[in-house]
Amino acid sequence: MAEPHIVLENIHKSFGSKHVLKGVNVGVGKGRSLVVIGGSGSGKSVTLKCILGLLHPEKGSIRVDGQEITDLRGSALDQMMGRFGMLFQGAALFDSLTVWRNVAFGLIQGKKMKPGEARAIAIDKLAEVGLGPELADISPAELSGGMRKRVGLARAIAPEPEIIFFDEPTTGLDPIMGDVINNLIVDSVKRLGATTITITHDMASARKIGDDIAMIYKGKIVWCGPANEIDQSNNPYVDQFIHGREEGPIEIEL
Amino acid sequence: MTFLATIGSFIFSMLAEVGRVSIFARDAVIRGLLPPWYFRQLIDQIIRIGYNSLPVVGLTAFFTGGALALQIYIGGTRYNAENLVSSIVALGITRELGPVMAGLMVTGRVAAAIAAELGTMRVTEQIDALTTLSTNPFKYLVGPRILAAVITMPVLVGIADIIGILGGFIVGTTSLGFNYAAYIKNTTDFVEFTDVTSGLIKAAVFGFIIALMGCYHGFNSKGGAQGVGRATTNAVVSGSILILAANYALTSLLFSE
Ligand SMILES: Nc1ncnc2c1ncn2[C@@H]1O[C@H](COP(=O)(O)OP(=O)(O)OP(=O)(O)O)[C@@H](O)[C@H]1O
Ligand SMILES: [Mg+2]
Repeated sequence: MAEPHIVLENIHKSFGSKHVLKGVNVGVGKGRSLVVIGGSGSGKSVTLKCILGLLHPEKGSIRVDGQEITDLRGSALDQMMGRFGMLFQGAALFDSLTVWRNVAFGLIQGKKMKPGEARAIAIDKLAEVGLGPELADISPAELSGGMRKRVGLARAIAPEPEIIFFDEPTTGLDPIMGDVINNLIVDSVKRLGATTITITHDMASARKIGDDIAMIYKGKIVWCGPANEIDQSNNPYVDQFIHGREEGPIEIEL
Repeated sequence: MTFLATIGSFIFSMLAEVGRVSIFARDAVIRGLLPPWYFRQLIDQIIRIGYNSLPVVGLTAFFTGGALALQIYIGGTRYNAENLVSSIVALGITRELGPVMAGLMVTGRVAAAIAAELGTMRVTEQIDALTTLSTNPFKYLVGPRILAAVITMPVLVGIADIIGILGGFIVGTTSLGFNYAAYIKNTTDFVEFTDVTSGLIKAAVFGFIIALMGCYHGFNSKGGAQGVGRATTNAVVSGSILILAANYALTSLLFSE
Protein backbone atom coordinates (compact mmCIF):
# COMPACT_ATOMS: atom_id res chain seq x y z
CA MET A 1 0.00 0.00 0.00
CA ALA A 2 1.27 3.46 -0.86
CA GLU A 3 2.26 5.76 1.96
CA PRO A 4 -0.33 8.40 2.96
CA HIS A 5 0.15 11.95 1.68
CA ILE A 6 1.36 13.29 5.02
CA VAL A 7 2.95 11.09 7.65
CA LEU A 8 4.08 12.03 11.15
CA GLU A 9 6.18 9.49 12.96
CA ASN A 10 7.17 9.70 16.61
CA ILE A 11 7.28 13.52 16.75
CA HIS A 12 8.74 15.00 19.93
CA LYS A 13 8.77 18.70 20.69
CA SER A 14 9.65 20.51 23.91
CA PHE A 15 9.79 24.14 24.95
CA GLY A 16 12.48 24.35 27.61
CA SER A 17 11.57 21.73 30.19
CA LYS A 18 7.99 21.49 28.93
CA HIS A 19 7.55 18.34 26.86
CA VAL A 20 4.58 19.17 24.60
CA LEU A 21 4.62 16.45 21.92
CA LYS A 22 5.69 13.02 23.16
CA GLY A 23 5.65 10.84 20.09
CA VAL A 24 2.86 11.85 17.74
CA ASN A 25 2.05 9.26 15.04
CA VAL A 26 -0.57 10.09 12.46
CA GLY A 27 -1.13 10.00 8.72
CA VAL A 28 -3.50 11.63 6.21
CA GLY A 29 -4.29 10.11 2.84
CA LYS A 30 -4.26 12.16 -0.34
CA GLY A 31 -7.43 14.20 -0.74
CA ARG A 32 -8.67 13.18 2.68
CA SER A 33 -9.69 15.29 5.60
CA LEU A 34 -8.34 14.64 9.08
CA VAL A 35 -9.84 16.35 12.10
CA VAL A 36 -7.73 16.64 15.23
CA ILE A 37 -9.52 17.06 18.54
CA GLY A 38 -8.13 17.40 22.03
CA GLY A 39 -8.09 19.61 25.09
CA SER A 40 -6.79 23.11 25.18
CA GLY A 41 -3.00 23.18 25.40
CA SER A 42 -2.62 19.55 24.32
CA GLY A 43 -0.33 20.47 21.42
CA LYS A 44 -2.65 20.61 18.42
CA SER A 45 -1.39 23.92 17.06
CA VAL A 46 2.20 22.94 17.79
CA THR A 47 1.74 19.78 15.69
CA LEU A 48 0.63 21.81 12.67
CA LYS A 49 3.52 24.25 13.11
CA CYS A 50 5.96 21.35 13.13
CA ILE A 51 4.61 20.14 9.79
CA LEU A 52 4.88 23.66 8.38
CA GLY A 53 8.53 23.90 9.40
CA LEU A 54 7.74 26.85 11.70
CA LEU A 55 8.84 24.77 14.67
CA HIS A 56 11.53 22.11 14.52
CA PRO A 57 10.77 18.87 16.37
CA GLU A 58 13.69 17.39 18.32
CA LYS A 59 12.92 13.88 17.19
CA GLY A 60 10.80 12.07 14.64
CA SER A 61 10.03 12.12 10.97
CA ILE A 62 7.53 14.10 8.91
CA ARG A 63 7.08 13.04 5.29
CA VAL A 64 5.06 14.55 2.47
CA ASP A 65 4.71 12.26 -0.54
CA GLY A 66 7.39 10.13 1.07
CA GLN A 67 9.87 13.03 1.23
CA GLU A 68 11.38 13.85 4.61
CA ILE A 69 10.73 17.52 5.36
CA THR A 70 12.09 18.05 8.88
CA ASP A 71 15.60 18.61 7.55
CA LEU A 72 14.62 20.95 4.71
CA ARG A 73 16.08 24.46 4.97
CA GLY A 74 16.36 27.51 2.77
CA SER A 75 14.79 27.54 -0.66
CA ALA A 76 13.91 23.82 -0.55
CA LEU A 77 11.78 24.57 2.52
CA ASP A 78 10.28 27.66 0.84
CA GLN A 79 9.31 25.52 -2.11
CA MET A 80 7.72 22.86 0.09
CA MET A 81 5.80 25.56 2.01
CA GLY A 82 4.38 26.82 -1.26
CA ARG A 83 2.28 23.66 -1.35
CA PHE A 84 0.66 24.42 2.02
CA GLY A 85 -2.05 26.84 3.09
CA MET A 86 -2.94 27.59 6.68
CA LEU A 87 -5.66 29.34 8.60
CA PHE A 88 -4.05 30.43 11.86
CA GLN A 89 -5.90 30.21 15.14
CA GLY A 90 -5.66 33.99 15.56
CA ALA A 91 -6.21 34.64 11.81
CA ALA A 92 -2.76 36.36 11.57
CA LEU A 93 -3.95 38.91 9.02
CA PHE A 94 -1.38 41.43 7.79
CA ASP A 95 -2.58 44.63 9.42
CA SER A 96 -0.52 46.84 7.13
CA LEU A 97 -2.52 45.62 4.09
CA THR A 98 -6.18 46.02 3.17
CA VAL A 99 -8.56 43.07 3.37
CA TRP A 100 -8.44 42.21 -0.34
CA ARG A 101 -4.64 42.45 -0.42
CA ASN A 102 -4.56 39.98 2.46
CA VAL A 103 -6.74 37.53 0.55
CA ALA A 104 -4.79 38.07 -2.67
CA PHE A 105 -1.37 37.87 -1.00
CA GLY A 106 -0.59 34.29 -2.01
CA LEU A 107 -1.80 34.97 -5.55
CA ILE A 108 0.25 38.14 -6.07
CA GLN A 109 3.42 37.15 -4.21
CA GLY A 110 3.38 33.40 -4.72
CA LYS A 111 1.72 32.99 -8.11
CA LYS A 112 2.86 36.34 -9.55
CA MET A 113 -0.66 37.24 -10.58
CA LYS A 114 -1.50 40.78 -11.75
CA PRO A 115 -3.19 42.82 -8.98
CA GLY A 116 -6.34 43.47 -11.05
CA GLU A 117 -6.95 39.78 -11.68
CA ALA A 118 -6.05 38.85 -8.10
CA ARG A 119 -8.48 41.44 -6.74
CA ALA A 120 -11.38 39.87 -8.63
CA ILE A 121 -10.52 36.44 -7.22
CA ALA A 122 -10.12 37.91 -3.73
CA ILE A 123 -13.59 39.43 -3.90
CA ASP A 124 -15.01 36.07 -5.05
CA LYS A 125 -13.33 34.32 -2.14
CA LEU A 126 -14.64 36.93 0.30
CA ALA A 127 -18.14 36.28 -1.03
CA GLU A 128 -17.64 32.54 -0.45
CA VAL A 129 -16.98 33.19 3.24
CA GLY A 130 -19.99 35.50 3.45
CA LEU A 131 -18.22 38.87 3.28
CA GLY A 132 -19.31 41.60 0.90
CA PRO A 133 -17.13 43.56 -1.54
CA GLU A 134 -17.55 46.72 0.56
CA LEU A 135 -15.07 45.21 3.03
CA ALA A 136 -12.36 44.77 0.41
CA ASP A 137 -10.67 48.11 0.90
CA ILE A 138 -10.76 48.46 4.66
CA SER A 139 -8.04 47.55 7.12
CA PRO A 140 -8.30 44.22 9.01
CA ALA A 141 -8.21 46.21 12.26
CA GLU A 142 -11.77 47.35 11.53
CA LEU A 143 -13.17 43.80 11.39
CA SER A 144 -14.81 41.78 14.16
CA GLY A 145 -13.11 38.62 15.42
CA GLY A 146 -15.32 36.27 13.40
CA MET A 147 -14.88 38.36 10.26
CA ARG A 148 -11.10 38.26 10.67
CA LYS A 149 -11.31 34.50 10.93
CA ARG A 150 -13.26 34.32 7.67
CA VAL A 151 -10.81 36.63 5.88
CA GLY A 152 -8.03 34.33 7.13
CA LEU A 153 -9.93 31.39 5.67
CA ALA A 154 -10.38 33.13 2.32
CA ARG A 155 -6.66 33.92 2.29
CA ALA A 156 -5.72 30.30 3.02
CA ILE A 157 -7.83 28.81 0.21
CA ALA A 158 -7.33 31.54 -2.43
CA PRO A 159 -4.05 30.17 -3.87
CA GLU A 160 -5.68 26.70 -4.03
CA PRO A 161 -2.89 24.89 -2.21
CA GLU A 162 -2.62 21.13 -2.31
CA ILE A 163 -2.54 20.82 1.50
CA ILE A 164 -4.56 23.06 3.81
CA PHE A 165 -4.57 23.32 7.60
CA PHE A 166 -7.41 24.94 9.49
CA ASP A 167 -6.77 25.84 13.11
CA GLU A 168 -10.18 26.19 14.75
CA PRO A 169 -12.02 27.58 11.71
CA THR A 170 -15.40 27.92 13.42
CA THR A 171 -14.35 29.18 16.85
CA GLY A 172 -15.86 32.61 17.42
CA LEU A 173 -18.55 32.23 14.75
CA ASP A 174 -22.29 31.95 15.28
CA PRO A 175 -23.75 28.47 14.60
CA ILE A 176 -25.15 29.38 11.19
CA MET A 177 -21.96 30.97 9.94
CA GLY A 178 -20.12 28.03 11.47
CA ASP A 179 -22.12 25.72 9.25
CA VAL A 180 -21.42 27.87 6.18
CA ILE A 181 -17.71 27.56 6.92
CA ASN A 182 -17.97 23.81 7.48
CA ASN A 183 -19.61 23.42 4.08
CA LEU A 184 -17.01 25.63 2.51
CA ILE A 185 -14.21 23.49 3.90
CA VAL A 186 -15.88 20.26 2.77
CA ASP A 187 -16.48 21.82 -0.61
CA SER A 188 -12.97 23.16 -1.14
CA VAL A 189 -11.55 19.79 -0.21
CA LYS A 190 -13.75 18.11 -2.79
CA ARG A 191 -13.28 20.69 -5.50
CA LEU A 192 -9.53 21.21 -5.07
CA GLY A 193 -8.87 17.64 -4.06
CA ALA A 194 -6.85 19.12 -1.22
CA THR A 195 -5.55 17.15 1.71
CA THR A 196 -6.59 18.89 4.91
CA ILE A 197 -6.03 18.80 8.64
CA THR A 198 -8.55 20.68 10.76
CA ILE A 199 -8.30 21.40 14.46
CA THR A 200 -11.58 21.92 16.23
CA HIS A 201 -13.32 21.73 19.58
CA ASP A 202 -16.69 21.62 17.91
CA MET A 203 -17.88 18.01 17.55
CA ALA A 204 -20.62 18.87 15.06
CA SER A 205 -18.03 20.48 12.86
CA ALA A 206 -15.63 17.54 13.35
CA ARG A 207 -18.24 15.03 12.18
CA LYS A 208 -19.15 17.15 9.20
CA ILE A 209 -15.65 17.96 7.98
CA GLY A 210 -13.72 14.86 8.92
CA ASP A 211 -13.14 11.65 6.99
CA ASP A 212 -10.99 10.62 9.93
CA ILE A 213 -10.69 11.92 13.45
CA ALA A 214 -7.64 11.78 15.70
CA MET A 215 -7.64 12.66 19.35
CA ILE A 216 -4.53 14.04 21.01
CA TYR A 217 -3.97 13.88 24.75
CA LYS A 218 -0.80 14.67 26.69
CA GLY A 219 1.28 14.91 23.53
CA LYS A 220 0.19 11.59 21.98
CA ILE A 221 -2.54 10.42 19.65
CA VAL A 222 -4.79 8.32 21.89
CA TRP A 223 -7.32 7.39 19.21
CA CYS A 224 -7.53 7.65 15.46
CA GLY A 225 -10.24 6.27 13.20
CA PRO A 226 -12.97 7.00 10.67
CA ALA A 227 -15.27 9.85 11.68
CA ASN A 228 -18.40 7.70 11.63
CA GLU A 229 -16.90 5.27 14.15
CA ILE A 230 -16.16 7.86 16.81
CA ASP A 231 -19.29 7.03 18.79
CA GLN A 232 -18.32 3.36 18.96
CA SER A 233 -14.64 3.95 19.72
CA ASN A 234 -14.82 2.33 23.18
CA ASN A 235 -11.98 4.67 24.04
CA PRO A 236 -12.54 6.28 27.45
CA TYR A 237 -10.67 9.45 26.45
CA VAL A 238 -12.72 9.92 23.31
CA ASP A 239 -15.99 9.17 25.09
CA GLN A 240 -15.24 11.67 27.81
CA PHE A 241 -14.23 14.33 25.28
CA ILE A 242 -17.11 14.04 22.86
CA HIS A 243 -19.67 14.01 25.66
CA GLY A 244 -17.91 16.80 27.52
CA ARG A 245 -17.96 15.01 30.88
CA GLU A 246 -15.90 16.15 33.81
CA GLU A 247 -15.39 12.60 35.12
CA GLY A 248 -13.09 10.29 33.23
CA PRO A 249 -9.46 9.52 32.54
CA ILE A 250 -8.61 13.01 31.21
CA GLU A 251 -6.94 15.01 33.95
CA ILE A 252 -8.01 18.61 33.98
CA GLU A 253 -5.20 20.90 35.03
CA LEU A 254 -6.73 23.70 37.02
CA MET B 1 32.50 30.81 43.37
CA THR B 2 28.97 31.99 42.61
CA PHE B 3 30.49 35.33 41.61
CA LEU B 4 32.74 33.66 39.04
CA ALA B 5 29.85 31.50 37.87
CA THR B 6 27.78 34.62 37.29
CA ILE B 7 30.53 36.25 35.26
CA GLY B 8 31.01 33.01 33.34
CA SER B 9 27.37 32.58 32.46
CA PHE B 10 27.15 36.25 31.50
CA ILE B 11 30.07 35.85 29.09
CA PHE B 12 28.58 32.67 27.66
CA SER B 13 25.21 34.26 27.04
CA MET B 14 26.94 37.28 25.48
CA LEU B 15 28.87 35.04 23.11
CA ALA B 16 25.73 33.08 22.27
CA GLU B 17 23.95 36.34 21.45
CA VAL B 18 26.84 37.48 19.24
CA GLY B 19 26.62 34.13 17.45
CA ARG B 20 22.88 34.43 16.92
CA VAL B 21 23.19 37.99 15.62
CA SER B 22 25.95 36.89 13.23
CA ILE B 23 23.86 34.05 11.85
CA PHE B 24 20.90 36.40 11.48
CA ALA B 25 23.10 38.95 9.68
CA ARG B 26 24.42 36.28 7.34
CA ASP B 27 20.91 35.03 6.53
CA ALA B 28 19.69 38.58 6.08
CA VAL B 29 22.45 39.41 3.60
CA ILE B 30 22.45 36.14 1.66
CA ARG B 31 18.73 35.45 1.55
CA GLY B 32 17.49 39.00 1.79
CA LEU B 33 19.59 40.38 -1.04
CA LEU B 34 19.14 37.51 -3.50
CA PRO B 35 16.10 37.60 -5.82
CA PRO B 36 13.14 37.72 -5.79
CA TRP B 37 13.29 41.38 -4.81
CA TYR B 38 10.33 43.22 -3.44
CA PHE B 39 10.70 46.67 -5.02
CA ARG B 40 7.46 47.99 -3.57
CA GLN B 41 8.66 47.11 -0.09
CA LEU B 42 12.03 48.70 -0.80
CA ILE B 43 10.49 52.00 -1.96
CA ASP B 44 8.16 51.95 1.04
CA GLN B 45 11.07 51.51 3.41
CA ILE B 46 13.21 54.15 1.71
CA ILE B 47 10.39 56.61 2.32
CA ARG B 48 9.81 55.49 5.88
CA ILE B 49 13.45 55.20 6.93
CA GLY B 50 14.99 57.96 4.85
CA TYR B 51 12.48 60.61 3.91
CA ASN B 52 10.62 60.60 7.21
CA SER B 53 13.89 60.91 9.15
CA LEU B 54 14.88 64.13 7.38
CA PRO B 55 13.31 66.60 9.85
CA VAL B 56 14.82 65.00 12.92
CA VAL B 57 18.25 64.57 11.35
CA GLY B 58 18.22 68.10 9.90
CA LEU B 59 17.32 69.75 13.19
CA THR B 60 19.92 67.73 15.08
CA ALA B 61 22.61 68.68 12.59
CA PHE B 62 21.65 72.36 12.61
CA PHE B 63 21.88 72.75 16.37
CA THR B 64 24.99 70.60 16.62
CA GLY B 65 26.74 72.76 14.01
CA GLY B 66 25.72 75.92 15.82
CA ALA B 67 26.82 74.69 19.23
CA LEU B 68 30.08 73.42 17.79
CA ALA B 69 30.86 76.86 16.35
CA LEU B 70 30.27 78.50 19.74
CA GLN B 71 32.41 75.98 21.60
CA ILE B 72 35.31 76.20 19.20
CA TYR B 73 35.17 79.98 19.28
CA ILE B 74 35.26 79.99 23.10
CA GLY B 75 38.16 77.54 23.13
CA GLY B 76 39.88 79.20 20.17
CA THR B 77 40.02 82.69 21.69
CA ARG B 78 42.24 81.36 24.48
CA TYR B 79 44.92 80.60 21.88
CA ASN B 80 44.09 83.36 19.41
CA ALA B 81 42.86 80.71 17.01
CA GLU B 82 39.34 81.98 16.35
CA ASN B 83 39.93 81.65 12.63
CA LEU B 84 39.85 77.88 12.90
CA VAL B 85 36.13 77.88 13.73
CA SER B 86 34.89 77.33 10.20
CA SER B 87 37.31 74.57 9.30
CA ILE B 88 36.94 72.69 12.58
CA VAL B 89 33.16 72.88 12.38
CA ALA B 90 33.31 71.44 8.87
CA LEU B 91 35.76 68.68 9.83
CA GLY B 92 33.91 67.81 13.01
CA ILE B 93 30.57 67.59 11.26
CA THR B 94 31.62 65.65 8.18
CA ARG B 95 34.00 63.20 9.81
CA GLU B 96 32.37 62.58 13.16
CA LEU B 97 29.30 64.37 14.41
CA GLY B 98 27.23 64.20 11.23
CA PRO B 99 27.26 60.41 10.94
CA VAL B 100 27.20 59.72 14.68
CA MET B 101 24.40 62.13 15.57
CA ALA B 102 22.34 61.09 12.56
CA GLY B 103 23.03 57.43 13.37
CA LEU B 104 21.84 57.79 16.94
CA MET B 105 18.76 59.80 16.02
CA VAL B 106 17.79 57.36 13.28
CA THR B 107 18.34 54.47 15.71
CA GLY B 108 15.83 56.03 18.07
CA ARG B 109 13.31 56.52 15.29
CA VAL B 110 13.84 53.63 12.93
CA ALA B 111 15.34 50.72 14.89
CA ALA B 112 12.55 51.18 17.44
CA ALA B 113 9.86 51.32 14.76
CA ILE B 114 11.20 48.27 12.92
CA ALA B 115 11.49 46.24 16.13
CA ALA B 116 7.97 47.18 17.20
CA GLU B 117 6.46 46.43 13.81
CA LEU B 118 8.23 43.11 13.22
CA GLY B 119 7.81 42.17 16.89
CA THR B 120 4.06 42.63 16.63
CA MET B 121 4.04 40.64 13.40
CA ARG B 122 5.95 37.87 15.15
CA VAL B 123 3.71 37.57 18.19
CA THR B 124 0.53 37.73 16.10
CA GLU B 125 1.91 34.97 13.80
CA GLN B 126 1.96 37.25 10.76
CA ILE B 127 5.57 36.25 10.07
CA ASP B 128 4.57 32.57 10.19
CA ALA B 129 1.67 33.36 7.87
CA LEU B 130 4.09 34.80 5.28
CA THR B 131 5.85 31.47 4.90
CA THR B 132 2.55 29.69 4.25
CA LEU B 133 1.84 32.19 1.45
CA SER B 134 4.99 31.37 -0.54
CA THR B 135 6.85 34.40 0.79
CA ASN B 136 10.15 34.20 2.61
CA PRO B 137 10.04 36.66 5.55
CA PHE B 138 13.75 37.38 5.22
CA LYS B 139 13.27 38.46 1.64
CA TYR B 140 10.01 40.27 2.19
CA LEU B 141 10.67 41.99 5.52
CA VAL B 142 14.37 42.01 6.40
CA GLY B 143 16.01 42.49 3.00
CA PRO B 144 14.15 45.67 2.00
CA ARG B 145 14.66 47.26 5.41
CA ILE B 146 18.39 46.64 5.49
CA LEU B 147 18.89 47.71 1.90
CA ALA B 148 16.79 50.85 2.42
CA ALA B 149 18.78 51.82 5.53
CA VAL B 150 22.13 51.25 3.82
CA ILE B 151 21.05 53.36 0.84
CA THR B 152 19.39 56.20 2.73
CA MET B 153 21.77 56.75 5.64
CA PRO B 154 24.60 58.18 3.47
CA VAL B 155 22.08 60.50 1.81
CA LEU B 156 20.75 61.59 5.20
CA VAL B 157 24.27 62.18 6.47
CA GLY B 158 25.19 64.13 3.33
CA ILE B 159 22.25 66.42 4.02
CA ALA B 160 23.13 66.56 7.71
CA ASP B 161 26.66 67.65 6.76
CA ILE B 162 25.34 70.55 4.72
CA ILE B 163 22.82 71.63 7.36
CA GLY B 164 25.35 71.25 10.17
CA ILE B 165 27.90 73.40 8.38
CA LEU B 166 25.13 75.88 7.65
CA GLY B 167 24.30 75.95 11.38
CA GLY B 168 27.91 76.78 12.15
CA PHE B 169 27.93 79.40 9.40
CA ILE B 170 24.83 81.16 10.73
CA VAL B 171 26.14 81.25 14.30
CA GLY B 172 29.59 82.26 13.08
CA THR B 173 28.45 85.12 10.89
CA THR B 174 25.64 86.45 13.11
CA SER B 175 26.67 86.15 16.74
CA LEU B 176 30.44 85.64 16.38
CA GLY B 177 30.95 88.34 13.76
CA PHE B 178 32.82 86.42 11.08
CA ASN B 179 32.85 87.72 7.55
CA TYR B 180 30.61 85.71 5.18
CA ALA B 181 33.11 85.27 2.40
CA ALA B 182 36.01 84.47 4.70
CA TYR B 183 33.97 81.84 6.54
CA ILE B 184 33.00 80.12 3.32
CA LYS B 185 36.52 80.30 1.91
CA ASN B 186 38.00 78.80 5.08
CA THR B 187 35.50 75.96 4.94
CA THR B 188 36.05 75.07 1.30
CA ASP B 189 39.84 75.40 1.57
CA PHE B 190 40.17 73.04 4.47
CA VAL B 191 37.63 70.31 3.87
CA GLU B 192 38.87 67.50 1.66
CA PHE B 193 36.92 65.01 -0.36
CA THR B 194 37.94 62.15 1.95
CA ASP B 195 36.56 63.99 4.99
CA VAL B 196 33.13 63.77 3.45
CA THR B 197 33.41 60.25 2.00
CA SER B 198 34.72 58.81 5.27
CA GLY B 199 31.58 60.09 6.96
CA LEU B 200 29.36 58.65 4.24
CA ILE B 201 30.99 55.23 4.50
CA LYS B 202 30.37 55.31 8.24
CA ALA B 203 26.77 56.24 7.51
CA ALA B 204 26.24 53.17 5.32
CA VAL B 205 27.65 50.91 8.05
CA PHE B 206 25.44 52.58 10.65
CA GLY B 207 22.43 52.08 8.40
CA PHE B 208 23.19 48.36 8.27
CA ILE B 209 23.50 48.22 12.06
CA ILE B 210 20.25 50.13 12.63
CA ALA B 211 18.11 47.95 10.37
CA LEU B 212 19.83 44.74 11.50
CA MET B 213 19.19 45.46 15.19
CA GLY B 214 15.58 46.44 14.53
CA CYS B 215 14.92 43.31 12.48
CA TYR B 216 16.83 40.94 14.77
CA HIS B 217 15.08 42.01 17.95
CA GLY B 218 11.70 42.24 16.23
CA PHE B 219 12.04 38.78 14.69
CA ASN B 220 13.03 37.22 18.00
CA SER B 221 10.47 38.92 20.21
CA LYS B 222 8.11 36.70 22.11
CA GLY B 223 5.47 36.97 24.77
CA GLY B 224 2.92 39.55 23.70
CA ALA B 225 2.96 43.30 24.26
CA GLN B 226 5.63 43.13 26.93
CA GLY B 227 7.91 41.15 24.64
CA VAL B 228 7.48 43.70 21.87
CA GLY B 229 8.33 46.49 24.30
CA ARG B 230 11.45 44.65 25.36
CA ALA B 231 12.44 44.07 21.74
CA THR B 232 12.07 47.78 21.00
CA THR B 233 14.24 48.81 23.94
CA ASN B 234 16.87 46.21 23.10
CA ALA B 235 16.96 47.33 19.47
CA VAL B 236 17.61 50.96 20.42
CA VAL B 237 20.16 50.20 23.14
CA SER B 238 22.13 47.63 21.16
CA GLY B 239 21.91 49.73 17.99
CA SER B 240 23.27 52.82 19.74
CA ILE B 241 26.12 50.97 21.43
CA LEU B 242 27.09 49.17 18.23
CA ILE B 243 27.07 52.46 16.32
CA LEU B 244 29.41 54.10 18.82
CA ALA B 245 31.70 51.06 18.83
CA ALA B 246 31.68 50.81 15.05
CA ASN B 247 32.38 54.52 14.81
CA TYR B 248 35.49 54.14 16.94
CA ALA B 249 36.63 51.08 15.03
CA LEU B 250 36.10 52.70 11.62
CA THR B 251 37.80 55.93 12.67
CA SER B 252 40.85 54.20 14.11
CA LEU B 253 41.22 51.53 11.44
CA LEU B 254 40.25 53.21 8.22
CA PHE B 255 40.25 56.94 8.41
CA SER B 256 43.22 57.96 10.54
CA GLU B 257 46.09 59.08 8.39
N1 LIG C 1 6.25 29.22 21.21
C1 LIG C 1 5.99 28.56 22.35
N2 LIG C 1 6.84 28.69 23.40
C2 LIG C 1 6.61 28.02 24.54
N3 LIG C 1 5.58 27.20 24.75
C3 LIG C 1 4.71 27.02 23.76
C4 LIG C 1 4.87 27.70 22.51
N4 LIG C 1 3.85 27.34 21.70
C5 LIG C 1 3.09 26.48 22.41
N5 LIG C 1 3.59 26.29 23.65
C6 LIG C 1 3.04 25.38 24.68
O1 LIG C 1 2.71 24.17 24.08
C7 LIG C 1 1.49 23.67 24.59
C8 LIG C 1 0.58 23.29 23.45
O2 LIG C 1 0.22 24.47 22.75
P1 LIG C 1 -0.77 24.45 21.51
O3 LIG C 1 -0.83 25.85 21.03
O4 LIG C 1 -0.35 23.39 20.56
O5 LIG C 1 -2.15 24.05 22.19
P2 LIG C 1 -3.49 23.67 21.47
O6 LIG C 1 -3.66 22.21 21.58
O7 LIG C 1 -3.50 24.26 20.10
O8 LIG C 1 -4.54 24.39 22.42
P3 LIG C 1 -5.81 25.29 22.03
O9 LIG C 1 -6.92 24.35 21.75
O10 LIG C 1 -6.06 26.06 23.27
O11 LIG C 1 -5.42 26.14 20.87
C9 LIG C 1 0.92 24.73 25.50
O12 LIG C 1 1.09 24.29 26.82
C10 LIG C 1 1.75 25.95 25.26
O13 LIG C 1 2.00 26.61 26.46
MG1 LIG D 1 -4.30 25.88 19.23
